[in-house]
Amino acid sequence: MTDHSSDIDSVSGKSTTGHQWDGIKELNTPLPRWWVITFYLTIIWSIGYWIVYPAWPLIQSNTTGMFGYSSRADVAVELANLEKIRGDKMAALGTASLVDIEKDPALLALARAKGKTVFGDNCAPCHGSGGAGAKGYPNLNDDDWLWGGTLDQIMQTIQFGARSGHAKAHEGQMLAFGKDGVLKPDEIVTVANYVRSLSGLSTRNGYDAAKGQKIFAENCVACHGDNGKGNLEVGAPNLTDKISLYGTDEASLIETISQGRAGVMPAWEGRLDPATIKAMAVYVHSLGGGK
Amino acid sequence: MNKTVNPNELKPVDDVGPLYAPRQKVYPQSVSGTFRRIKWGLMAICLGIYYFLPFVRWNRGLGAPSQAVLIDLPNSRFYFFFIELWPQEVYYFTGLLIVAAVALFLMNSVGGRIWCGYLCPQTVWTDLFYAVERLIEGDRRERMKKAKSSDPLKLERVSEIVLKHSIWLMIAWWTGGAWVLYFNDAPTLVKELVTFQGPMLAYIWIGILTATTYILAGYMREQVCTYMCPWPRIQAALTDEWALNVTYRYDRGEKRTSVKKAAELRALGQQVGDCVDCYQCVAVCPTGIDIRNGPQMECIQCGLCIDACDNVMAKIGRPKRLIGYDNDINIHRRQEGKAPIYRIVRARTIVYSAIIAAIGGFMVYTLATRSLLDVNVLHDRNPVAVKLSDGSIRNAYTVRLLNKSGYDRAIAIDVEGPINPTMHVVGVDSVTPDRPIIVIPRDSTSELRLLVTAPAENNPEKSIPVRFHVMDIGLGVAASATDNFVAP
Repeated sequence: MTDHSSDIDSVSGKSTTGHQWDGIKELNTPLPRWWVITFYLTIIWSIGYWIVYPAWPLIQSNTTGMFGYSSRADVAVELANLEKIRGDKMAALGTASLVDIEKDPALLALARAKGKTVFGDNCAPCHGSGGAGAKGYPNLNDDDWLWGGTLDQIMQTIQFGARSGHAKAHEGQMLAFGKDGVLKPDEIVTVANYVRSLSGLSTRNGYDAAKGQKIFAENCVACHGDNGKGNLEVGAPNLTDKISLYGTDEASLIETISQGRAGVMPAWEGRLDPATIKAMAVYVHSLGGGK
Repeated sequence: MNKTVNPNELKPVDDVGPLYAPRQKVYPQSVSGTFRRIKWGLMAICLGIYYFLPFVRWNRGLGAPSQAVLIDLPNSRFYFFFIELWPQEVYYFTGLLIVAAVALFLMNSVGGRIWCGYLCPQTVWTDLFYAVERLIEGDRRERMKKAKSSDPLKLERVSEIVLKHSIWLMIAWWTGGAWVLYFNDAPTLVKELVTFQGPMLAYIWIGILTATTYILAGYMREQVCTYMCPWPRIQAALTDEWALNVTYRYDRGEKRTSVKKAAELRALGQQVGDCVDCYQCVAVCPTGIDIRNGPQMECIQCGLCIDACDNVMAKIGRPKRLIGYDNDINIHRRQEGKAPIYRIVRARTIVYSAIIAAIGGFMVYTLATRSLLDVNVLHDRNPVAVKLSDGSIRNAYTVRLLNKSGYDRAIAIDVEGPINPTMHVVGVDSVTPDRPIIVIPRDSTSELRLLVTAPAENNPEKSIPVRFHVMDIGLGVAASATDNFVAP
């Protein structure tokens, strides 16, 4: 141990720490006392934190701290308060009619916000987070509705679903004309081209339009109507418009006609409360496809 | 001489003495003079503005706050006399901060750390606290004597200490109290506070600011400037050889000796300085430095040493400003027998002034020309475009209308573009086709979902711009925003 406090730097008159590098000595310039005390106080403060708050992980759980504080409990209380605050507004949503909700800017905003979050949790896996859908899963932003696009019709579809097994569910089926042997493969190709012609799309060279029309008249008009405009009652799509759930290219149409289609929309009654279903209907309607 | 040290010869580090340096308490002496008067004046202005500004009223009409300067956090509004700022205009504060920073640089390039010496809150409040201390406990010598005295405390001394701390706490409490008044209607809040009906948050903030003012101005004092504030360390990089700094003019100061001795030596024709080593400049210094050692980091350039030295020079019949705002260039020029030159207009000051003028001018311009009706448009991203059954394409937009005026407005929305679009606002029935009218309450915003459809024959090949117009149908005030119409 050597005492360097006696080693005084000649220029500054201060003592040195005794360190030197390349002949340059380090001055002993200690921190001010209040600074050091503050530093130690923060350390003591942090120890207090460890004791007072839940801090240390144990094998099964963690230290619980004093006074029973826990941020998880705080969140639970906050959520309960939030429910209470929202209670009135959600109640208003439950009692107001669908049309009234759309007319009231405040209720509309609430329904859209609520609907959007619930949509994200429940509907987005099939319909996409923005409701854009995918092949086989309807795009909720467009104006083509298998089961109707008014507020009431949308709500009914959400509530009971389609082919969901619910007693009030929409029922309807695209038959498998090929698989069941009703139509021969060449007839299917012909009628597929006829369906394309209904939407104004190009048809295969040498396809017999008259034959296609005849096959269509014999097999398809029962559901899709004389002019192919579809039927909401059985969820038969409009074949003359420019959008299609399963695709309008020839291969997709041949598959649809051969194998049939029977997409399922689950029933949400019982899984979501009525006010939430209502909010969702308003949200889906407001996406822009609503009629 | 560079001597290479063998690392093995370096000594161990375990015996370096205490970890801390005990603070050398500073007992600044009172002084009178030009700079002291400037300091008193600026202190009165700064504190006067700070303490009384919340009580200034400004009539904004019924239902709007009538406080001239108000930060209304719950409603996200900032009021400054005739200006009302919304959260999305917070860039004015950014601009103000940039101007403030450049103004600090400009001050620094002209007169060194004059901010520190005259305007910094730490200086202003510390100066006030010192004034209180001096009034009650006496000047430097008395305070030093009282601090040193190991006699048991007498009633007189105890009452002095109690009185001093009471007044300090009152000032600190008033400081915290004035702070919260900027966030709420001042007269109402004062009434609530004194009847203990005020919001808890107000009491907490008063407590915090009382404590920080009391501690920083009463105890930390020059320690804040030396150890806590980054500015002394930054400003050294911003100053230059022309900046006026409080400077000891060693060209006429050395060598230091008594008046009598100086006269004798002068008679003998020897070089002798005007400095009589009276230590008055050190005694009055609030940071406890000796300016005669040259520019120092601790120096806040308050100019009190100039006053102290001038008083002494006047007494001994020597010219004033042995210590003054000056720079090294002039010291050298004087030594060479040339006249000193002061150059305030330099490339640096011109650039700083230009920046301040440019940003300030731009801010004033935008503030003067800003619209009280505003529209923001956000294109929906999921999906970006929807094909409808008739083959037409539709895009959805979230439109936010801002009515910053003090009255309700009926706003008509229009969309325009080469695709000849039609439009529908969700939840709004248009009176006239494609021109919905929405009433936006005063001082508020409305968010709307807008569906814009391009007829099938006009379907764009790629994304093209569309323009949204909003217009107050009563006054004709209009705003517009451009976004893109996207093809799928």
